[in-house]
Formats: sequence, structure tokens, C-alpha cells
Amino acid sequence: MTALGKLFRTTTFKLTLVYLTVFALFAAFLLGYFAFNTRRLITEQINETVDAEITGLSEQYRQGGIRRLVIVIDGRARRPGSSLYLVTTFQGEALAGNVGSLTPGVLENPGWTETIYRRLDEAEGAEHHALVRVFQLPGGFRLLVGRDLDERERLYNIVVSAGRWSVAIVVVLGLAGGLFVTRRVLRRVDAMTETSRTIMAGDLSGRLPVAGSGDEIDRLAENLNVMLERIEALMHGLKEVSDNIAHDLKTPLTRLRNRCEQALRTSKNDVEYRAALENTIEESDGLIRTFNALLMIARAESGQARNDMQEFDAAEIARGVGELYEPLADEKGISLKVEAETPAPVKGNRELISQALANLVDNAIKYAGPKEQAVNGAAPEIVVRALGEGDRILLSVSDGGPGIPEADRSRAVERFVRLEQSRSLPGSGLGLSLASAVARLHGGELTLADNQPGLKTIIALPRGGPVQIAG
Amino acid sequence: MPDAQPDRTAMRLLIIEDDRDAADYLVKAFREVGHVADHAADGEGGLALALDGGYDVLIVDRMLPKRDGLSVIGALRDKGIETPALILSALGQVDDRVKGLRAGGDDYLPKPYSFSELLARIEVLSRRHGGRNEDTLYRVGDLELDRLSHQVKRGAEEISLQPREFRLLEYLMKHAGQVVTRTMLLENVWDYHFDPQTNVIDVHISRLRSKIDKGFSQPLLHTVRGAGYMIRDGAR
Repeated sequence: MTALGKLFRTTTFKLTLVYLTVFALFAAFLLGYFAFNTRRLITEQINETVDAEITGLSEQYRQGGIRRLVIVIDGRARRPGSSLYLVTTFQGEALAGNVGSLTPGVLENPGWTETIYRRLDEAEGAEHHALVRVFQLPGGFRLLVGRDLDERERLYNIVVSAGRWSVAIVVVLGLAGGLFVTRRVLRRVDAMTETSRTIMAGDLSGRLPVAGSGDEIDRLAENLNVMLERIEALMHGLKEVSDNIAHDLKTPLTRLRNRCEQALRTSKNDVEYRAALENTIEESDGLIRTFNALLMIARAESGQARNDMQEFDAAEIARGVGELYEPLADEKGISLKVEAETPAPVKGNRELISQALANLVDNAIKYAGPKEQAVNGAAPEIVVRALGEGDRILLSVSDGGPGIPEADRSRAVERFVRLEQSRSLPGSGLGLSLASAVARLHGGELTLADNQPGLKTIIALPRGGPVQIAG
Repeated sequence: MPDAQPDRTAMRLLIIEDDRDAADYLVKAFREVGHVADHAADGEGGLALALDGGYDVLIVDRMLPKRDGLSVIGALRDKGIETPALILSALGQVDDRVKGLRAGGDDYLPKPYSFSELLARIEVLSRRHGGRNEDTLYRVGDLELDRLSHQVKRGAEEISLQPREFRLLEYLMKHAGQVVTRTMLLENVWDYHFDPQTNVIDVHISRLRSKIDKGFSQPLLHTVRGAGYMIRDGAR
């Protein structure tokens, strides 16, 4: 495609052509109308003037006869820029006036005629147009009064040529402007196309250029950029998920395989084989668990679960989860308390929020440590709270365990990050990740705070459910 | 006897599953525990067999050639055939589960599953076993649970239970003599469909056990290794 061909094919250029045609036609019509009316107006003026003069002259004739008429006409004819006058006898012999010659036969027909004439004081061969009226005077004399039409024609020609010029200028300027605008738009669209090509080629960090003028192309570019950002985040998430699937699943798979190999190599009897097989099943259950957690996070991340959100009471969730874990905590010498008396209505996915809170409680029990480690000998305590705060509902779990150093806190919330100190402990390491993903799905967030001592994990949810991103 | 064995009567099962290996494994495994299982490899064949009837429970894979699992169940229900159906699916999310149950399935088990879990659920589903819904008084050995007055007695001794412990015992006694898995308890007693990572259910069971079995010579609440729990009268 040539550059010019591309230019002519653009929507902008086609629009330019349409507008150009419309405006040119409009200009032509306007000037044509102007020209026609000007001409008519001048003709009317001539008619009036000539009529008035004829009335005046015939009055002179009535009062003073032919002699007086001739004197008056002689006087008038000599003035510069005067009308045309001619008085003849019945035979056509000129008595007075300033007309040298006329188109033959004009004098014979009383009334209005357009004619070619020559003034008396002009050289032979000069020709002008005039509009004349021939009037039959009583007594056989004829009176001709007329006005030169050259002025009218000149004006008419000026208007017509002005029309031609303006149409030409409209066309030229319109084309030039159209080309200019088209090229500008085309250049921006080309830049966007170019960027989108590199993005399609795999560089998702690219963004469409925004000129900053706030026009429609900018708005389009801005929206597309937001979309690209979302796509990049999703792709990034996908990459992280696959990286972590690789890590979180390959490690236990390797362990599983090693155990099987070892069992084949060293087991001597049924009891040992049986133990190895049971071990294998246990290990694969752990794998399934990790896999489910990863899928759940991916689902929460993708926002699919937004479809089945409903209103429920977060305080009831806190009580339910607290009740589910209380015996477990008790068995470990930890006292688990629930403070969720007042209803805390939220809109969301009950199952996911329950699981997120369960993960936090599970973590707290895991890390709160046994009784013997407690600072002052009192039983370690975990408090699960649900309370409303402003336009948010907070679900929190506080423990008195070792906590997480401030420097590590933001990392711990990041997707799939496992802190060094927790790698030795059991668990998929996805508990906080899931809680965080669930919080974000609901338009909220997961934060880790210092419980002095210990850790306080908080899921903050907006009261009315997630705010839909406006289109 | 460390492990309690459930008392079984043979069931006729229909497995509608397109994966031949998985189906063969199930048919064999069910035969080993004394049930008879037929197999259909696609939706149409499965529907035809199920329409002929005579099955106690249907095990239906969700994604099948020719006709998908949910539509097979829907067609059966339209014809008034109420054979309990368990849906097997690789889609394990809560909304898929809800979709499955709405389509007329009676239970939903995500893949991969353990055979003991599947077996336990099938036995609970079977009409021959699960007919205790209307009873207001459950009795296992000398343990009594009154569903109306919420009273639990062992022999002459009244046992006081927390509301959740009562519901746990109620579910176990409703399916007395059948294996009940941890997931089934979590789903039916707590209404949670997620994996609580640590085995919280075990602790609840041991609390319950300390209330109903402690101090009695004959334990009623048994652990079934590798599967779950079962309440039954060991003296019978």
C-alpha cells in the first residue's frame, strides 16, 4: 500500500471529501443566488429610474411642447453618467439626445427592449448594452430613455467570478486541510498500530502513545492502555502461577518418585511395601491439596467468582470458623476467642471468605506456638474478630506468636511468596496468598500488622461488596 | 478389632465414565467390596441403561461423549426416575458443584478422589441405607439421640453436647453402620466445601468421642483407617 493510497483510504479523508463537496455546493448556491438577485435588483432600479424620467419628460412635453423637451433633454444628456436619451420625429429623425446608433427597429416598438447602442460622442464601432423604453408622445414624436447595462453586467461578472474563486479556494483549502488532518490522525493511528504490533509480538510492557490533548483518540488510547495493564497483570499472574505450579508441584512430585524408587530398591516384605504405598497416597493427597489451592487462587485472581456473590454476615463467618478451629487450638494449648457480636453484613462469596479466614486461623494456630513458649507462662491466645469500621468490614486474626518482621510483611502477602522461616513448617505456603487473592476479589485487601507481640492479619472488605469497574 | 468394618448389602451400581481405565478400576474395586457395577462409556448408553433401571446408585462423569453427565441426569429426572446420582467431575469449584446439584445430582465429588471417599458417599446415597430421615429418635447400642428435644443419652446417663457436637453426632447416627468421611462431615455438618488444611475434623471427633465413649466399655464411635469414621454398635 503506497503512503498516498493509505491516506486516501482513511475514514478521515473520505469524510473530508464529503464535507468538501457539501461546502462547495453550498458556496456555489449562495453566490449564484446572490448574483441572480443582484442582477434583478439592478434591473428593477433601472426600470424605476427610466419610468420616472419618462414621466418627467412627458410632463415637460405636455407643458412646453417639443421645443421645451429638446432643451431639457439636451441639458440632461450632457451631464456625465447620464441616462440615454433620444427624441425622434415620426419618421425616425433624431431631434435631441445622446445616442449615436441603435439596433435597427428598436424605435418602432414602444415598450421595454434590450439593445446595443453607441453614444454620440463615441467613435464609430463602439458597442454597449442598454435597457431602453420607447414612449410614444402625443403628436407623433418618440421618446427613448434608457440606462447602460454594462454596470449591471460588470457587477454580475464580479459576483460570478468571486463565486468561482471561492469554490476553488474552498476545494483547495479543504483538500489541504483534509490531508493535513488525515495525515495527523493517520500518524497517530500508525503509532498506535506500531505499538500494538510490538505488544502482539510479546512485549506486554508497551503502552499506546497518548498525545495529552484529551481528544477521542487519546481517550481510546487511555482505555486501551488500561486494558493492556490488566492483560499484563493477568499474564504476569499466569506466569507466576505456572512458575509456582512448577515449584510447588515438582518438589513434592520428585519426593514422591524418590520414595517409590527407594521402596522398590530397599523394601523386603509386604509390610514395608505397604508403608511405602501409604506414604505415596499421603504425599499425593498433599499434591492434590496444593493443586486445589493454586486453582482456587487462580479463580479468585481471574474474578470469575464475582458471579456468585451474595449478602451474608461476616460475624457469622467469624463465629463459624472460630468454632471449627477452637478444638484444634485447644488441643495445642492455645485459647481461641471470637469477638463478633454485632452483625457485619458484606456482599461476597461466602465459601471463599470462609476459606480465607480459615487459612488465617490455621496459620495462627501453626505459628502461635505451644504453651511452653509463651512469654509469661499464660496460654497463648488467638482472637478472631469481625467488626465494621467506617465503610469497611474487618475480619482479623491476632496471635501472640513470633509474628513476621516488618520488612517481610509486604512480601508475605505477595502472591506465592514463602518466607524463609516458614519453609520448614508444613503447609502448602499458599494460605496467605489465597486470603490475599480473596480479599482483592472482593475489592478489599489483606494486611499484616504487629500485634505486639505476635501477628495480626486483617481482611478488610468493602461493606457493599466490590465496586464494579466502570466501563 | 482395631478397624470397624461397615455392614454391607450388595448394591447395583452404574458407572457412566468415558475413561476406560478409571471405569475398570472402579468396577473392580466395587466388586472387591461386594457390589455389582455396570459400565457405560458414553452419555447415550448410560442413559439407556439407567432407564432400564434396577440400579441403586448412578456414578456419572460430568464430561461424557454424546451426552454430558448433567443432561443424562436431567433426562432421567424428567422421566421420573429418581435413582440417586453422584457426579464425578474434574471441575471442583463451588459453582460447578452447585450446578451439578441443581441439575438433579444428589452428590458431587471432584476428581481426583479416593475410592474410600467415593464408596462412603455411594453407600450413604443408596436408598437401602439412607432411610432414616424421618426418624425422630436415633439409637445405636445404648446411645440415644432425640432429634426433637435435642437430648442425648448413653444408657441412663444424659450427655450434654454443644450444638455443633449434637449435629455431628446426629449425622453420624443417621448413617450408623456406614463410613462417613471427613469431607462429608465438613460438608454436611459445617456446610463448608473447602479443604481446611489441618485436619480439624479429627479434633472435633475426638472431643465427641470423649463425651460419648469415655467411661464406657464398649466404644461406639470408630475410626475407619484411611477413610473416616463410623458409629455402630460393636456388640451386635
